[in-house]
Amino acid sequence: MRIAAISFPATRRAMVDPGPQLRPAVGAKLRRPVARLGRPPHWTRRQALSGTLHWLALAASAGFAVRAGAQDGPPVVPLEVTEIASGVFVHQGAYALFAPSNRGDVANLSFVVGRDAVAVIDTGGSFAVGQALRAAIRAVTDKPIRHVINTHMHPDHLFGNAAFAEDRPDFIGHHKLAQALAARADRYLAVNAQLLGSEAFAGTRLIAPTRAVHDRAVIDLGGRELILEAQPTAHTDNDLTVHDTATGTLFLGDLLFMRHIPALDGSIRGWLALIDRLERVDAKRVVPGHGPPIAAWPEPMQPQKRYLETISAEVRRMIKEGRSIAEAATTVGLSEKDAWLLFDAFNARNVTAAFAELEWE
Amino acid sequence: MTERLSRRSVLGFVGAALSSLPITQALAEDDPWLGLHQDVFGNRPIAEEDGLVTLEAPVRAEDAALVPLTVRVSGGDASRPRSLTLLIDRNPAPVVATFSFGEGAGEVVLATRVRVDAYSNVRAVVETQAGSLHMATRYVKASGGCSAPALKDSELAEAELGKMRLRQFAAAPGSTSREAQLMIRHPNHSGLQMNQLTGYYIPAKFITDLEVRRGAALVFRMEGGISLSADPNIRFTFRPAGADEVLTAVAKDTDGRVLRGSWPVKSGDDS
Repeated sequence: MRIAAISFPATRRAMVDPGPQLRPAVGAKLRRPVARLGRPPHWTRRQALSGTLHWLALAASAGFAVRAGAQDGPPVVPLEVTEIASGVFVHQGAYALFAPSNRGDVANLSFVVGRDAVAVIDTGGSFAVGQALRAAIRAVTDKPIRHVINTHMHPDHLFGNAAFAEDRPDFIGHHKLAQALAARADRYLAVNAQLLGSEAFAGTRLIAPTRAVHDRAVIDLGGRELILEAQPTAHTDNDLTVHDTATGTLFLGDLLFMRHIPALDGSIRGWLALIDRLERVDAKRVVPGHGPPIAAWPEPMQPQKRYLETISAEVRRMIKEGRSIAEAATTVGLSEKDAWLLFDAFNARNVTAAFAELEWE
Repeated sequence: MTERLSRRSVLGFVGAALSSLPITQALAEDDPWLGLHQDVFGNRPIAEEDGLVTLEAPVRAEDAALVPLTVRVSGGDASRPRSLTLLIDRNPAPVVATFSFGEGAGEVVLATRVRVDAYSNVRAVVETQAGSLHMATRYVKASGGCSAPALKDSELAEAELGKMRLRQFAAAPGSTSREAQLMIRHPNHSGLQMNQLTGYYIPAKFITDLEVRRGAALVFRMEGGISLSADPNIRFTFRPAGADEVLTAVAKDTDGRVLRGSWPVKSGDDS
């Protein structure tokens, strides 16, 4: 991802948006000594210029739109949002996989308005969705968007980050988010460009965190504090929770799936252990990463807990019986089929991941 | 293989960039098997799907970085073949691994997990003691397995690198062979995973050689490549000989690291 873009002058950043597929081809030209996240890259003017020209040339030859700025293009329709508590707004994503028709709008996206500033919690699955979320925020308040929080690395939660670049916020994530994205960016961009199609994907690029949460961090929006907590490996190895203490609202990201089958991309043992801890957190309401925009607490965790415990028990039994991972993928968890949406898209994959983890016990 | 790898990656990237087509489509025109047959087997005749070797693979892989394959070799003298080569036509490094079997090997049933980078034919080619070649082929729908991140928890992967485990299974009724599963904690970095923070590819680091013996007798020797999944996992059979036997495994990786393990052969049930 173009870490450099974060500290680039806005005009230059807006001028060139080559499209992510180009990145591998120009990778060699872009190697640069970025000392660490959040620091300006040590580009010389000439390097910056040659990099820019290179992108432009390739973008033009590849037939990519060279975007003049966020304000150009089709008018942005604000996302529909619900105010679930005072100053807390949530947009509910569709229960769907990435498709051109939904533009990657498949995860719940939130924002919290304080006296002085706004914090965004997850930005959607494309630049277009990020723009629509930004428009929804602007329909509610003119206060500056100072914080963009990513609950974890998955594209449906952070591909909209670029739509907020013009606000120059802190992009905040778990301390392992940057590394996790670094290892996956290429693939995420390529795969999702294909799934969304060029129109829905246009303008999408990755922005890595500029601020890392190691354990716990507090953000002050003016008379309103958000408590951010970096969690141990569970849904992924970079899950971050957000607690709005003013209203007792807990944003769980994908640590909580409701109706949408849970997706395992971290550790099933870690996730179950974390659920036990999270259930004891005192919150009035929670916002799941997928599901309704608001839920009571902690009852909605039960179906997910049951699913993960079922997978875990059945996989352990198959390992003990000396059965294979292939057999497990087709037989484990089937009793849960009717309890979840998108079961067929995720279950076998979850089982495969759980098997590869649990066979090391 | 190195040459093929670099040529392929360059072709793939340029193709993807200029045509904005997925890599799979950009390279769909040629049939890589023709070249592989020449390069790997010197165009020797290969009997296809003649029942001597069977290959089980999922039609659509749930996780392209972890695609389970099972190979069974049946029939008389051929049941202990000289070697088994696994290939994935459209992977950057198409030869997954070659297994050479020794006198400690049982009737060959071998299962492992591989990375599949594009919709591709996956092949198991067996060479018999008599020197004839036999092949089973399955088409697997998966993509991106070679560039996918190795493991879900990066810290755990580093902390446990080199750990080995052997599981032994109860003997199947009527079989003279025993079954065991060797697991090695190793990221098996393909060299195709780019670190976007630095713009550099994570250097290839993978298990190149593995030898498993029962006492002094060779069960199998494997030469592996980047298409084996992270945490290499090989389920194999061996021929038990008597009391107080020990199974040993020695693995070497591209960094020159040598990993060793040894386990007493159990008489009956699962470890």
